[in-house]
Amino acid sequence: MGLSSLSLTERDSRAMLEAIGVASVDELFADIPEALRLDRPLALEPALSEPELVAHLEELASRNVHTGAELSFLGAGMYDHYVPAVVDAILARGEFLTAYTPYQPELSQGVLQAIFEYQTAICELTGMDVSNASGYDGTAVAADACYVAKHVTGLSKVVVTEATSPQVRQVVKTYAPGFGLEVVEVPHRGGATDPDELRAAAEGAACAIFQQPNAFGCLEPAPQLAAAANDAGALAIAHVDPVSLGVLEAPGRYGCALAIGEGQGAGNALSYGGPHYGFLAAKAEYTRRLPGRIIGETTDASGARGYVLTLQTREQHIRREKATSNITTNQTLLAIAGLVHLSWLGPQGLREVGETCMALSAYAKERLTERGLDLVFPEQATFKEFAVSVGRSGREAIRAARRQGVHPGYALGRDYPGLEEALLVAVTEKRTPADIDRLAEVLGG
Amino acid sequence: MKLVYEKSQPGRRASSLPRYDLPAAEVPEELRRAEAPRLPELAEPELVRHFTELSTRTFGIDTGFYPLGSCTMKHNPRVNERVVALPGFRDLHPHQEEEASQGALELMWRLQGILAEIAGLEAVSLQPAAGSQGELTGLMLMRAYFADRGEERDTVITADTAHGTNPASVTMAGYRLQKVETDVRGNLDLDDLRVKVNERTAGLMLTNPSTLGLFDEHIAEVAGIFHAAGALLYYDGANLNAVCGISRPGDMGFEIVHFNLHKTFSQPHGGGGPGGGPVAVRASLEPYLPVPAVVREGETFRLDYDRPRSIGKVRGFCGPFGVFVRAYAYIRSYGPDLRRMSETAVLNANYLLARLREAYELPFDRLCMHEFVLSARGLKREHGVSALDVAKRLMDYGFHPPTIYFPLVVPEALMIEPTETETKETLDAFVEAMLAIAREAAEQPALLKEAPHGRPVGRLDEVKAARRAIVRFGFEQHPDLSQESGEPRSLEAQKGA
Repeated sequence: MGLSSLSLTERDSRAMLEAIGVASVDELFADIPEALRLDRPLALEPALSEPELVAHLEELASRNVHTGAELSFLGAGMYDHYVPAVVDAILARGEFLTAYTPYQPELSQGVLQAIFEYQTAICELTGMDVSNASGYDGTAVAADACYVAKHVTGLSKVVVTEATSPQVRQVVKTYAPGFGLEVVEVPHRGGATDPDELRAAAEGAACAIFQQPNAFGCLEPAPQLAAAANDAGALAIAHVDPVSLGVLEAPGRYGCALAIGEGQGAGNALSYGGPHYGFLAAKAEYTRRLPGRIIGETTDASGARGYVLTLQTREQHIRREKATSNITTNQTLLAIAGLVHLSWLGPQGLREVGETCMALSAYAKERLTERGLDLVFPEQATFKEFAVSVGRSGREAIRAARRQGVHPGYALGRDYPGLEEALLVAVTEKRTPADIDRLAEVLGG
Repeated sequence: MKLVYEKSQPGRRASSLPRYDLPAAEVPEELRRAEAPRLPELAEPELVRHFTELSTRTFGIDTGFYPLGSCTMKHNPRVNERVVALPGFRDLHPHQEEEASQGALELMWRLQGILAEIAGLEAVSLQPAAGSQGELTGLMLMRAYFADRGEERDTVITADTAHGTNPASVTMAGYRLQKVETDVRGNLDLDDLRVKVNERTAGLMLTNPSTLGLFDEHIAEVAGIFHAAGALLYYDGANLNAVCGISRPGDMGFEIVHFNLHKTFSQPHGGGGPGGGPVAVRASLEPYLPVPAVVREGETFRLDYDRPRSIGKVRGFCGPFGVFVRAYAYIRSYGPDLRRMSETAVLNANYLLARLREAYELPFDRLCMHEFVLSARGLKREHGVSALDVAKRLMDYGFHPPTIYFPLVVPEALMIEPTETETKETLDAFVEAMLAIAREAAEQPALLKEAPHGRPVGRLDEVKAARRAIVRFGFEQHPDLSQESGEPRSLEAQKGA
């Protein structure tokens, strides 16, 4: 592409300059003071033709070891779930790919309806009444949720469990000074959070965020945590894995005010961490405090049903400095991918994926413990991920295993002092019992 | 058309999944899902037809001309979609070991260098997910910078022409907002500015060229006023498509710049996203950039988390990597000729302006940059036809309308950005349509007021949508709004970003 994406011929340019009444393109930039104009070409490498460009990027890509090139048990927030072919097919539709925010509903009913269907799917998964059209990712939606809670309650303390993803906590802490928030963390006890400790910390707090399954893969006593937050007068916010919600209870059913999460596992490739989508859903009473785009149903003059961007008086383009958020561009295409994936699965498929992940990870625990490895939190139930002690530095174990073509998981010691020998092993439906046997062989020595 | 949920039948499914002969693992009863989520139940043929039909009811750049001002709706080269789908990028786990991610790290390191050169600044973080998050990141950097220097500054100044994201970001960053007015030439009002800038001022957020499509002729003086007060300048890169390789924000005096990779560097807009909002800064602000930084050591690349003065993280991992791949590929396809991209964008915009200025009012009589703002005020006064009516009628001619009712300083605004990827024939056809609409406004105003014609829906009742707030399908309880009478009312507030 490059210059070949420009269509003006010499003759076109001459005719256009004449119509404008200038002699050259340079004259069009007369308003830029001479001293501020770049007096040399940009110091960029020479242009590449399309075949050269593809070859260059293939060379770069070849130096990355992707999940198809080694047997990977990496998770810790991003998961190697199967993304069906229909997702690729629908996302390749140029109309979805190259449209922008649907400001003109008559030209955008397709994307508007798709987002309305996405909002419905997220509400169904989470047991909530309203979902926005997507947030940036699973970390940024946590900061968004804190902003909602601050404005709903007028309080400025937020509680986050230590067993919530380290990146989520770090993003909340980064946003906190601007939001005027104080962040308090509740430690885990043996891999899960104690409801009484959460209750004590949540006194006088705007909200309490916990993750289900948590950052160790363990299942939190989520209903008790939500109840503890509610007892203390704080909004209960669950950070959930959408893929788990065919088998795990919906946060809206156990007292949460908001449900948030990372959508990657539903519909998006790993892509070295992005772009993906974050989801944010809430009970109806918080609708008018939510950040981001929301699509609503309405009618035209003939009574025909249609969809529009709605509740826009929350948003920056209307409310400016009093807006509920500054978000404009969101992650619509990735959210539509999520909708297509969830529609492909259906309720039965989603449950089967959850059950398969659980059965495979139970098998993995069994095989690893047979080989003499210890589970880090043996008392806790898990979903698709669990922590295992490898009896030496986790990072060394990863290096050794990778030499045998297996990436055995994430080194928890990177985030949790004291867990230097722990690996977080993620097992998705793409792994097989034979893959797990191989993992046990490599890790068990 | 029916919702996907209305096409569902229990027992249908599109998916086939592996099942292994393993004992089932039970979820503890108190955590077990009681009722299944009512996800769609369709076989694959109907699923594909449903989403294909939705796509045909969506207008993208691939469909036609999309001069949505401030959004830079340029062609999205398809080679970028090919390279982003290479397994080495698409299926790379973000926790992969650094030695097994060298290609990804090198790509990011190279893109950082390219963006620094285009901005005329020293250091780049690719992490922010979109322009708005880039803005917030930039303001967090200001906060950290002044905190380190022990200076208490609580105010950030924005232009009255600014995108709504600027004031919203100011509030989210914990700053007080102050607005500066626009002068008769469309520049910042220097007298107003001199009164407002003082030792409490942390900085300025400015789009240059502005949302009026005008380059601020006094930008050097503006920078001087802020720098004399010890304040910083933040460049909102929404309009960078006008000046790549022509004038650099760093040379204009800005310390912090955000890019919109989805605007300037052709990441497809995806119906609303994803975007990418990298931030470039002067060396004095580099210590505060988000972690991790991508650094080069000899022949290898690694992620540096050891940045004690960093503001932290604004997003997971290194940012929207797939967006980086496309932006990198796009810029490499131009090389130093990137300047031609901006020159052509500015030529196209000025050509449209020259041909439309007689039929519509031009609030600021200057050459424009990559976009310009006209006003339908005259049509409204004389024929009762609004900018919204003009926009809707354009659809009948096969064009996506421009951004309307923004910037706020121009009544009945029509903000037009053709971009560099259009042919003269397309620009001429658009001009003919706009001129025809101006004539129709005088002769048959009802034709505009009833537009668009022949779309799947007519003008929708936005007031009803906001009042009823039906924001999800209600299954058996889903209300029927069609019986509620009343003329559709619009918020007249669709604005570009």
